[in-house]
Formats: sequence, C-alpha cells, structure tokens
Amino acid sequence: MSARVGVILFPGSNCELDCRRSFDALGAEVEMIWHGDVALPDVDLVVLPGGFAHGDYLRTGALARFSPIMDAVAAHAAGGGLVLGICNGFQILCEAGLLPGALKKNVGLKFLCKWTELRVDNADTPFTNRAHAGRRLRIPINHFEGNWYVDDETLRSMKENGQIVLRYTSNPNGSLDDAAGISNATFNVFGLMPHPERACDLLLGSEDGALILGSTLDHVASDARAAV
Amino acid sequence: MRYAAVVDVMPKEGIADPQGQTIEKALPALGYGGVAEIRVGKRIELQLEAAGPDEARERVLEMCERLLANPVIEVYEVTIR
Repeated sequence: MSARVGVILFPGSNCELDCRRSFDALGAEVEMIWHGDVALPDVDLVVLPGGFAHGDYLRTGALARFSPIMDAVAAHAAGGGLVLGICNGFQILCEAGLLPGALKKNVGLKFLCKWTELRVDNADTPFTNRAHAGRRLRIPINHFEGNWYVDDETLRSMKENGQIVLRYTSNPNGSLDDAAGISNATFNVFGLMPHPERACDLLLGSEDGALILGSTLDHVASDARAAV
Repeated sequence: MRYAAVVDVMPKEGIADPQGQTIEKALPALGYGGVAEIRVGKRIELQLEAAGPDEARERVLEMCERLLANPVIEVYEVTIR
C-alpha cells in the first residue's frame, strides 16, 4: 500500500501544489487538507507547505499556529506520526513549539531566492534515509526569514542528538550552526527552509529533493512491514 | 472599564538583530558616525475591557506569551493606561 500524505492548505500557502505533484510522482497518495478543519484524515505524513500563511502578519507562522487543524497536527506528532514543514511550514512548526527555535530575518535583510548546496549530516532519520551522511544536495531556497536561532543549551543537546540534520555548505542567511533542516528529539517532526518539492525533476535543475520526500515514503513502508 | 495598553516587543538581549545591524551600516553612509547598538522592535497598541488595571495587565501579558511576542527570541513590556 502506498503512503498517504496530507498537505495542509492555509490561506496564503503557495507551494501546496508543488508538494502534491512531487509526492504524486514518487507514488504517494496525496490529499489536500483545509486549515480550518479540526480533524486529520487517515494519513501517514502531514506536510505544511511553503507560502505566506495568514499573510505572515505579526511574525511568520504566528497566526497559522492557531489554525483549527493545528491541534490535530500536534496530536499526530505526539503519537509519533510524521510531520514535514517546508519553508513557511518550518516557521509554523517552530511557532507551534513542535520544533525548537525560531526563524529570524535573514542577515543582510535580503529576500533570498537561489540554489543552495546542503550536506546531509544525519542520514538516519525518516526524512533522510535515502541519502548517506555527507551527501551533498542541490535544493533551492526562497525566503526572507530563514535565520534559525535557538538558545545555546538547546543547540548543544540538538547537536549531540544529531538533530541538525541538514546544513548549508555556504550559509546564506545567518542560520545558527549553518542549520538548513532540523528535527525534534524523536525525529518524527522535521522542518527545513530549502524547498525539496521544487527539486524533484531534472527539468527543474535537480532531483535531490526527491531524496528527502522519498525517504518519508520508505520510512512509512518499512513501518508497515514491521507492523505485519 | 476600558483600558489602553501599549506593548513594546524587542529582540532578546544577546540575540543578533539583522534589522538593527543593517540600519547600523546604513547610517554612516548618510554621515551619521558614532552610532552603535541599534535594536529594532515593534510597538503594539490595543484597548480592552477589564475590571481593573491589574486584570487588564494580566490579560495583555497572557496575550504576549501566546501570540504578540515569541518568547524564544523576543522580550516584551506592557504599559496600561
């Protein structure tokens, strides 16, 4: 059975169709979920896509974390379900407290829209198992607030646990410890600023993003085998 | 009673503030030397009904914790009038 992926649509999301198309192409069953719903359908992975949810007013993700669906997303995560936040989705997960830290404005106050090179520093997660440690990925960024920050103590324990999963090889935005993608302590919630869903086809310049998205599907499949 | 509240939200001390840093670089270009330690925050004004000033403050502090500020990177100060 193929993995079931739910993509949440907030008012102001603009990457939800890219997510659907890329997961479709990888063989997942994809369903769109309205942010105003209070329950999730039966899905293995919840994706919070990029965009400008609720206009990014006040702070990025600050209002989206109170969308009715977010209680169900938190419950899904608490039960061990997979949650992936891309760009604005990453910002929402931080505001919701499902991931540590916060995203500040980029150093230099520039909106950055360009290709970046990432390094996989932990390949033993549901989001990176198709790669190997040290693997370089070419994936684009497209953000103004990607400058991840967390307090020293939390950063230390995150580094020890391998929660800084992806790092920029050339830090574009001031992000602490060159972090591009980070995970919670139980590795079922993952957020990254780069857009893997935009790098799943050589026609678009790279298919390295499929390693990230595809990893989640492999993880779901191996879970299903273990349950039999 | 109706109270007016002012909330000042600032980046936490010790946390780099990209807006402040950028302005700090721009000012010398306009001829303003010797300017340092620029920090940029935001001011939020609101009115609310409450039984007294203490209750008004209590409620606004709760709003700050939950929404108006992000305690990971920001501090806030509430003034009730």
